[in-house]
Amino acid sequence: MHRMLRCAVPLVSLAVALRAPAAEPKLSDGVVKIGVLTDMTGYYSDLAGPGSVLAAQMAVADFGGKMLGKPIQVISADHQLKADVASNIARKWFDQEQVDVIVDLVSSSTAGAVMPVAAEKKRITLLSGPGTTAFTGDKCTPYNVHWTYNNWALANGTGREVVKQGGDTWFFVTADYVFGRSLEEDTAKVVKAAGGKVLGYARHPSPGTTDFSSYLLQAQASGAKIIGLANAGGDTVNCIKQAAEFGVTPKQTLAGLLVFITDVNALGLDAAKGLYLTTAFYWDMNDETRKWSKRFFEKHKKMPTMVQAGVYSSILHYLKAVQAAGTDDADAVMAKMKATPVNDFFAKNATIGPDGLLRHDMYLAQVKAPSDSKYPWDYYKIVQTIPAAQAFPSVEQQKCPLAVKK
Amino acid sequence: MSARAIRTWAWIAMIAIGLVAPYLVYPVFAMNVLCLALFASAFNLLLGYAGLLSFGHAAFLGAAAYVTGWALRDAGLPTELGVLAGTAVATALGAVFGALAIRRSGIYFAMITLGFAQLVYFLVVQMPWTGGEDGLQGIPRGKALGLIPLDRPYTAYYFVFVGFLAGFWLLHRTIRSPFGHVLRAIRENEPRALSLGYDVSRYKLLAFVLSAALSGLAGSLKAVVLQFASLSDVHWHRSGEVVLMTLLGGMGTVLGPSVGALVVLTLENQLADFGSWVTVITGAVFVASVISFRRGIVGEVRDMVRRSFIGGQVS
Amino acid sequence: MAQALAGQLLVGLINGSFYALLSLGLAIIFGLLNVVNFAHGAQYMMGAFAAWMGLTYLGISYWWALLLAPAAVGLLGVAVERLLLRRLYGLDNLYGLLLTFGLALVAEGLFHQAYGNSGNPYPVPELLRGGVRLGFMFLPLYRIWVVVVAIAVCGASWFVIERTALGAYLRAGTENPKLLQAFGVNVPLMFTITYGFGVALAAFAGVMAAPVYQVQPLMGSSIIIVVFAVVVIGGMGSILGSIVTGLGLGLVEGLTKYLYPEASSVVVFVVMAIVLLVRPAGLFGRER
Repeated sequence: MHRMLRCAVPLVSLAVALRAPAAEPKLSDGVVKIGVLTDMTGYYSDLAGPGSVLAAQMAVADFGGKMLGKPIQVISADHQLKADVASNIARKWFDQEQVDVIVDLVSSSTAGAVMPVAAEKKRITLLSGPGTTAFTGDKCTPYNVHWTYNNWALANGTGREVVKQGGDTWFFVTADYVFGRSLEEDTAKVVKAAGGKVLGYARHPSPGTTDFSSYLLQAQASGAKIIGLANAGGDTVNCIKQAAEFGVTPKQTLAGLLVFITDVNALGLDAAKGLYLTTAFYWDMNDETRKWSKRFFEKHKKMPTMVQAGVYSSILHYLKAVQAAGTDDADAVMAKMKATPVNDFFAKNATIGPDGLLRHDMYLAQVKAPSDSKYPWDYYKIVQTIPAAQAFPSVEQQKCPLAVKK
Repeated sequence: MSARAIRTWAWIAMIAIGLVAPYLVYPVFAMNVLCLALFASAFNLLLGYAGLLSFGHAAFLGAAAYVTGWALRDAGLPTELGVLAGTAVATALGAVFGALAIRRSGIYFAMITLGFAQLVYFLVVQMPWTGGEDGLQGIPRGKALGLIPLDRPYTAYYFVFVGFLAGFWLLHRTIRSPFGHVLRAIRENEPRALSLGYDVSRYKLLAFVLSAALSGLAGSLKAVVLQFASLSDVHWHRSGEVVLMTLLGGMGTVLGPSVGALVVLTLENQLADFGSWVTVITGAVFVASVISFRRGIVGEVRDMVRRSFIGGQVS
Repeated sequence: MAQALAGQLLVGLINGSFYALLSLGLAIIFGLLNVVNFAHGAQYMMGAFAAWMGLTYLGISYWWALLLAPAAVGLLGVAVERLLLRRLYGLDNLYGLLLTFGLALVAEGLFHQAYGNSGNPYPVPELLRGGVRLGFMFLPLYRIWVVVVAIAVCGASWFVIERTALGAYLRAGTENPKLLQAFGVNVPLMFTITYGFGVALAAFAGVMAAPVYQVQPLMGSSIIIVVFAVVVIGGMGSILGSIVTGLGLGLVEGLTKYLYPEASSVVVFVVMAIVLLVRPAGLFGRER
């Protein structure tokens, strides 16, 4: 009833918030509209941001640009890493702009705010960047796919593999909020299970800390072989920089629990050399990745991060599923996405579980020393490939209510 | 037209616009405007009428939002009780902060309120039940009067509109009461008010508590509308935003802050695609308002009206 | 244990030097002009950016930047004072606060739009690389430099204001500008220069900060409220108060980071609340 009224009442100049043309009451099936909701100007804008939008556009172009004869649309917005802004934009996109799928989101708090909105309105979210493991655990929704990595993968990848390499005593420098603390807890558990010891931790306020010297000094005093950085973005970069400044490295080794290639680029190899990190993607791993990354580099002038590669891969898979299902109805598309394995440069023979988690190989990398780097962006040495089954928690471990049907 | 007639017409116009608003604009936007308009109006009681600039009002808005969120989501309280709980907590905070802050005036007062707001921010970040960076998400809207589900945007809007009108009416009555007059006297010449025998501290404290309470109401309603509470509700930028709304709309006018809230939110909404230009333009508007537009939109309009209709009668 | 603590306190002293430098500029502007310069953080950020832009686009070294960046930003400050602030002198100082707050938003928004927020690295100058190996920690040379310069600049400013004739004129100007003007002193010019100097001090702190912290548009906004708290604790008109409190706060923060790091960003406000309740005008302030 109110829908008819809404169409009937003429839009007065007061309606500044309403930017779509006269409201269409139902989802138009002919047009697939993809919304890239990311951080365009904040701490994560380099690792996602405009690069994610570019990746999305590349995926659409590679798919052919059209679905069932109509051009596929890509729109984007900046959520500024604020959960309320993200939620408002998502709501508006779903209610007024007929967006079918929202991708990227990049931070856990924004993803956590948007997922329930999407589920309520039966639209799909493809997460590339957020880390909260519970997104495919007790917070799972039937319309969500968690693509690139999650905190469990990072904790296990870096924690377990580094201990295996000999780094068995740890000290954590942790960002004091949900993400940092959960990453620290997860990694600590893994380290202990692998036979290592946690000698201590220092939790710093985040955001708002730019000087980590106190925390690094505490790490130094502890004598731990490995200093785990349970933080991200600018915090991690500052930690690494100051660790070099204060002579903490190279005597002790840093393990960045969430590090992107753009961070290493910002730091320079001199400061970052020796840093351990787990990544879902590295541009220089094989010919396929190189080919795609060079295309990306041409437009973006920076090599892609795993988040941006994940955005490409997730959208391509989504579009293929829509085509196979013949509709953009969320239930049908989700079923197709979970039924089809993902096979592209990002993931080989990876499957999306009933909980929405894409299980694929991860890689333990170490940052090269300047002398070992032969060309621009030659930053990582892949130390170990972690097969999907070990990289991610199993469906049983995740305990997503949707997946536990028995 | 007598002043009284103008006021009556203004009320009618406001209610009329409020009633049709959700059909003209996106309902969630309209609800957001109402909540922040109430917040700004409550803030104005302190700034425009008592002459006290508080830089920490976000603490009341945010604390109420979180408490209401928790009450509705985790404690399962009905909607009205949740809103009441949030408002009550904000009032209590207002009493405590106010008692300590009003001992000082001017910039010191502003800094103390900022300090207290930062403490609240810190507590919100640290306490586990607030969800920290993620915020308190998935707050159910519940049912009005236990009967009418508030899930649909239109019903939720009218619920918030009622809340707004209630708060606004209370503010309006306060401003026009003898209490309000004494506040204005204190703002203009505190020593004289003291010499006339008024317990200035008590008046200031009452104004502070009332302002905090209604800011809390605004925060509680906002939590119900947007269905979550986040750190930006307690951040000092929010405190700065409400100062801008009040200044832009017109300090010391009844409708000014609401108009200011509408303008600022519309600006932010329209400029959202332009990233940081929002900040630049907000800042520029601030600067322009302070330099040449100190009376604010409503203030300027009121002056224009007064100048045109000198004497009060119009032909 | 004692060694670790000593290390933390030393680090705290280094941060305190930044607080002292910044609050000095704020205190000068408030003490002499009765203006609450909310744009101080943005001016600090612009100083850091001026140094970075100088290096990246013009190849200007750190040493030259120490002189040129404050000069450039100081000139901007002079323009602001002449064109905008001047009109507000007769009014409640609330308006000066709001004006500078608005200016801060404009500056931060513009830089954010141009440079995003991921931070631009600025290298430590060659001469100051490396460090000194103390028993309990390795102290980078650059940090020692920061402390030395901060204390020198603060000391010099304090001396000029409290002990020289020029300073006496400035102080007289705040008490009674009309009387001073009657004596033939160009008071408006004095105010302009004072504001410019305070702003230049902020920019100078920004250049000093560039090699230590990332150069990013929001670097000022995170530090400004702490600096305000410092000035309020020290006593809004007192130069000495700001310097001492700035250094002191650095130490207190360092201690907090050692004992209860989660609270390190809020400890300043707790201290401020306590001080204001016990000594309303601040530690060294006078009631005005």
